[in-house]
Amino acid sequence: MTESRGAAVRYENVQKSYDGETLVVKNLNLDIPPGEFLTMLGPSGSGKTTCLMMLAGFEPATHGEIFLNDSPINNVPPHKRGIGMVFQNYALFPHMSVAENLAFPLQVRGMGKAEQEEKVKRALDMVELGGFGSRRPAQLSGGQQQRVAVARALVFDPELVLMDEPLGALDKQLREQMQYEIKHIHENIGVSIVYVTHDQTEALTMSDRVAVFNDGVIQQLSTPDELYENPQNSFVAQFIGENNKLSGTVTEVSGTDCKVRLDDGTELAAEAVNIEGVGSRTTISLRPERVEFDTDQSMDNLVKGSIEEMIYLGDHIRVRMNVAGNTEFIVKVRNRGQRRDLRTGQTVEIGWAASDCKALDAVA
Amino acid sequence: MTTTDTVSAAAPPADPPPQPLTTRDGIPLKVSLMRALRREKMRAMLLIAPLLLFILLTFAAPIADMLFRSVENGIVSNTLPRTVEALADWDETSGEAPGEPVFAALHADLLIATEKKTHTRLGSRLNYEASGMSSLFRKTGRRAGRMDEAEPFKAQFIDIDDKWGEIDTWQVLKTFSPPLTSGYFLNAVDMELTPGGIEMKPESERVYLFLFARTLFLSLTIMGCCLLLGYPVAYLLAALPARTSNLLMILVLLPFWTSLLVRTSAWKVLLQQQGVINDFLVWTGIVSDAGRLVMINNQTGTIIAMTHILLPFMILPLYSVMKTISPSYVRAAKSLGATDWTAFWRVYFPQTVPGIGAGSILVFILSIGYYITPELVGGTSGIFISNRIAYHISSSLNWGLAAALGVLLLAAVLLLFYVYDKIVGIDNVKLG
Repeated sequence: MTESRGAAVRYENVQKSYDGETLVVKNLNLDIPPGEFLTMLGPSGSGKTTCLMMLAGFEPATHGEIFLNDSPINNVPPHKRGIGMVFQNYALFPHMSVAENLAFPLQVRGMGKAEQEEKVKRALDMVELGGFGSRRPAQLSGGQQQRVAVARALVFDPELVLMDEPLGALDKQLREQMQYEIKHIHENIGVSIVYVTHDQTEALTMSDRVAVFNDGVIQQLSTPDELYENPQNSFVAQFIGENNKLSGTVTEVSGTDCKVRLDDGTELAAEAVNIEGVGSRTTISLRPERVEFDTDQSMDNLVKGSIEEMIYLGDHIRVRMNVAGNTEFIVKVRNRGQRRDLRTGQTVEIGWAASDCKALDAVA
Repeated sequence: MTTTDTVSAAAPPADPPPQPLTTRDGIPLKVSLMRALRREKMRAMLLIAPLLLFILLTFAAPIADMLFRSVENGIVSNTLPRTVEALADWDETSGEAPGEPVFAALHADLLIATEKKTHTRLGSRLNYEASGMSSLFRKTGRRAGRMDEAEPFKAQFIDIDDKWGEIDTWQVLKTFSPPLTSGYFLNAVDMELTPGGIEMKPESERVYLFLFARTLFLSLTIMGCCLLLGYPVAYLLAALPARTSNLLMILVLLPFWTSLLVRTSAWKVLLQQQGVINDFLVWTGIVSDAGRLVMINNQTGTIIAMTHILLPFMILPLYSVMKTISPSYVRAAKSLGATDWTAFWRVYFPQTVPGIGAGSILVFILSIGYYITPELVGGTSGIFISNRIAYHISSSLNWGLAAALGVLLLAAVLLLFYVYDKIVGIDNVKLG
């Protein structure tokens, strides 16, 4: 049912500095097609919120230009940009009722009373808060306030909605529920959404594409599965999902395959993703669930390790091992009632495919 | 908590609980809870007891005393008990001075009074009501002892002073003989108690109503000036980054570090006709030498100096309220399409109303009772009702009238509080 009515956003060589000495955003280039749900993901201080605030118009760009539907908006004040925004703590006006909050953007646009009421009603129904119009925000629960905030950002039919960590204040269960609700609202009305979060599960659940920020630079811009399966550098591999790191030196490169000698002498076959060539340092990234205890000789990599610790987690067992000098090597074993013979202190053989272990840039 | 837990754990599940809960040894739970809390309450009471006592002794009691003083009038019946009794039979509308028995009683009373020297005090008390009474009692007191007890007293008294034969003198005595009087209050609102009833004073003697009105007007003006000047400063304080706002805060608090008198005197230096501001204006040619502005010893002086002195009391409550308003509200309003002004007026300003309320009440109450600054820079046209109260307390020694004025001032403030509560709501006041 989505005939997309979202807006297109383009950042062109955008730079931002607050103090004139350090760049918070370093040369950002980003294209967001109409109707996309794009998440800016990154640790705090990575520049993601600054990018959002520049788009909303609350922070001027130090250099570069931001385009909204192909027109530059650097000199357009925030209230003329027509961008809906959901704030971290909702920013619902405490002195107005829920309905007044929703009517506010319509009032300032000079809309007629009857039309206002109808739009407010429709927006409240959309977030399933039909009977709550006369309440004050303080009388609502966190989840309800969150929905009102979303409804308020959508009530004036913006083409683009920005969300700045909107679920941060909710508890885990409510957060997961709201993730689906926001995702469904996006699918139903087809606006463009730019969403900022530091929670990778949130990013993976909701987004069409995720831009991983670190140090003012987009490290990788991909779909969620691509991001997890094929991280382009060590930061992304480490930031998205769980990850085992093994440091070594590249000894051989042939096409996308390479051989890496770990610091303790172990030789591994890996996929060359982000290495500088033979002799350079590299970090191998390997997802814990891709390691097998049931080895057979056809596997690309077979390594011995000793079991340091086992944690029973119901659906799977986390096994912490010492592999090639890395004592934080984690293996996840699916709980199928088998392999209950593993014991702490045992030395066992583990194996994995070369395509599951990526040779990335070296981390200090 | 523990007792309830044990009870519910120990109670057999089949037992229906229609009777009130008890602890294990059968004491009702409420009684037991109260006992447990009593100790804490006692301890809390003990902690505040010194302050409570201090306030009762130094604040509540004097106010009660003041309230009483404003109606108390025992002096006539205490000093001249026999005369007051004898006067009861006299008809003040008869048009004649009272007869011999009253004069005889007066003589007897005065003999005792002169011995105790209380007749002069009575004289000055009655002088508030009718001038000439003080000297009349002084003069009569000196000669009362030398009167011939065989002769009729009436003639002898009239011989001392014709006033004793005048009906007005006796009317005043009779009117103010009851132990309680409304005279001070009437006086405080420019009325007087005459034998014919309550009347407005002659136009030329009315001062207090006008002073009350001026006090209210000036206090409201000062409050308005403080709000206009303080609001932007408070906003800056709340909005600027911590380092700059700390510096600004020191500047706001700087006036508190200097004595009130020094600041007020500084305004004298600045505002007077040969003062800094006038000299500067003349030097720049904005005003001519002959047309120097009169900015001191009038209402302008009072308003300027008091606004300056009371400004921090407006800024601080405003600041503490503004500090709690997250900048994201205004941002949200702008992102929803509001212009800067709409965002301020519809979203920011309503949230600062509690601060405005607190600051305004604080400044208003302080200014309505101020008297040092108006005394120094107000001249005659810029003084407040408090200056009159101070005058009656320390110079004219008419404490009754001072008390009545004070009570009226208190009542006016309470009334304004009530009105404020009705319009804005007192819960809407926030000091921090």
